[in-house]
Amino acid sequence: MNYVFPNEMHVTWTVMIVLYPYITGLVAGAFIVSSLYHVFGKQELKPIARFSLASAFVFLLFATLPLLMHLGRPDRAFNIMITPHFTSAMAGFGYIYSSYLILVALEIWFVMRSDFIVRARQQGPLAWLCRDLILFNTEDTPGTREADHRIVKFLAGLGIPLACTLHGYVGFLFGSIKANPWWATPLMFVIFIFSAIVSGISVLIFHYFVVCRINRWKVDAECVKSLGRYLWGFMMVAVALELMELLSLAYEQTEATDVLGHLIRTKLFVSYVILQFMLCSLVPFLMLGITALFRLKDRTTYLLIWLSACLLLLQVLLMRWNVVIGGQLVSKSMRGFTDYFPGIWEKEGLITAAVIFTMPFVLLYVFHRFVSLFPDVKKNQPPLTEV
Amino acid sequence: MPCSDHISRRQMLKGLIAGAPAVVLVTLFPKLAFGADRTHGAKRPLYAYAVDTSRCIGCCACMRACRSENDVPEGRFRTWVEQFRVRANGEVQVDVAITDNFVFTTPPAKDIVKAFFVPKLCNHCEKSVCSQVCPVGASYESPEGVVLVDQKRCIGCGYCVQACPYGTRYIDPLLHTAGKCTLCYHRITRGGLPACVLACPKGARMFGDLHDPDSHLSLFLRQRRYRVLKPEMGTKPKCYYTDLDLEVI
Repeated sequence: MNYVFPNEMHVTWTVMIVLYPYITGLVAGAFIVSSLYHVFGKQELKPIARFSLASAFVFLLFATLPLLMHLGRPDRAFNIMITPHFTSAMAGFGYIYSSYLILVALEIWFVMRSDFIVRARQQGPLAWLCRDLILFNTEDTPGTREADHRIVKFLAGLGIPLACTLHGYVGFLFGSIKANPWWATPLMFVIFIFSAIVSGISVLIFHYFVVCRINRWKVDAECVKSLGRYLWGFMMVAVALELMELLSLAYEQTEATDVLGHLIRTKLFVSYVILQFMLCSLVPFLMLGITALFRLKDRTTYLLIWLSACLLLLQVLLMRWNVVIGGQLVSKSMRGFTDYFPGIWEKEGLITAAVIFTMPFVLLYVFHRFVSLFPDVKKNQPPLTEV
Repeated sequence: MPCSDHISRRQMLKGLIAGAPAVVLVTLFPKLAFGADRTHGAKRPLYAYAVDTSRCIGCCACMRACRSENDVPEGRFRTWVEQFRVRANGEVQVDVAITDNFVFTTPPAKDIVKAFFVPKLCNHCEKSVCSQVCPVGASYESPEGVVLVDQKRCIGCGYCVQACPYGTRYIDPLLHTAGKCTLCYHRITRGGLPACVLACPKGARMFGDLHDPDSHLSLFLRQRRYRVLKPEMGTKPKCYYTDLDLEVI
């Protein structure tokens, strides 16, 4: 028997709300990779430190776009900052997002100040822009670089808790909804943070290989292998947390256990059991484990790490889908399920989602044309004929 | 002008520092500063709702009245009537009349042993979780205890729709903001009754002031045993149901 409350026939949070935590997750993960180099001195990650920071920045710029597309009244979006209602977790969004954006922008500015100065000394409109960006201060000495480095280290250190706050907050938004048994778990915000780190590392690996392939650069073996090990570790924690949540749900045998069990066995069987856990968690777990524990040829290692990164990118997207959409499929009547199929051309449809997700990559390319995101590769490693 | 008439920078700063706590006090604790009761001694009503399920005949006149009174958009509902049918094997069938002409469409089974109707609407909770989660304060509780939405402030994020345990909220497809039962606030504040209460031919729906011991609702609640929906949510609903079976959630 299938009964849903009449107002539940329309799913309120659509694919845009799937995309929003996915993008903020990429931000948080990419930022943490850059901080591993800047704060914790992981030198092997230096080749992608700039790239990861720039990735975090461009994804952050577009993180609010899905929300604006979703809001019924986007013209009132700033009410969330002008008239915040602090009993709501969502009221903190504007402040958390803005402070994080400012921090990442500042960090990028200090990291790339020397490059801006070099560009500012050239001719043309971009030089004018760079002169404005550096606030007409062209002093670039070992002393100023050392000062910039210290500030970057401080900002990167401050950014780690802020990145966790930004994404943990998104998880908390879901985990604190007691009316929805699929969401209401205190583990939700921890799961979101770890899955964010997984997706962030994955997108960097995926993108780094693609960029190296296109430019025919040599892949930095130490950097990629190190990223692979980090990815393996973080994905294990993320998946273990999700499985623990599932286990408690099954073991506690609450009122919601039956209906959620039915949800997993029917509506979410393909996206949750088959795709998220079997294909996109188990397979990368094995592949990354092989690369971490066994000595393989570099090309084989790269292939396995890249494939794992692709699958884990998909895994986190599926996780967001299964949480956001899956939770809304269960009726609060506990007697049935509704359905959701995203439209293709509608305002909150698949084309809009694809365009929004593509925009950060385009901006990253523009960014790279403006200031090199891989300075070491260009200087030290000439293009090779083979990756 | 003599020099002594000027306020020095030090005096100015001292004044600002002295005045700051007063500003904070007034901003954060307006009730403390201005007094909690600004009704000049008159006790405000506390409106609540009761449903006598044993009286409901499932005619859905309440749904029709609500739709025409409040211009509720098609496909969205501020109130509805659920039909429960329990079969001999214990299976529970639930149906709701959401067709254009408000009729129940599920054909009855032959072995039904028990059947009843349950009207549903916003529970106007004392601790309304929908108001709590609204990020801009557009959802709020009126002084009379009615949970309302400020349509000029709502941003249409849908967080309240997710947070309501009773599924009584929706996003209005025309206004793009949250919609819900207002207990016909425009009527009750003028001494009238909600449209659904007025339309019910059997008096299954009751409305009244809990602060008035002689109100119809207060008398009814003193005489009957009742319960609320989903008490485990801790929202303290102000919609009371009598003769409610365990099957009803």
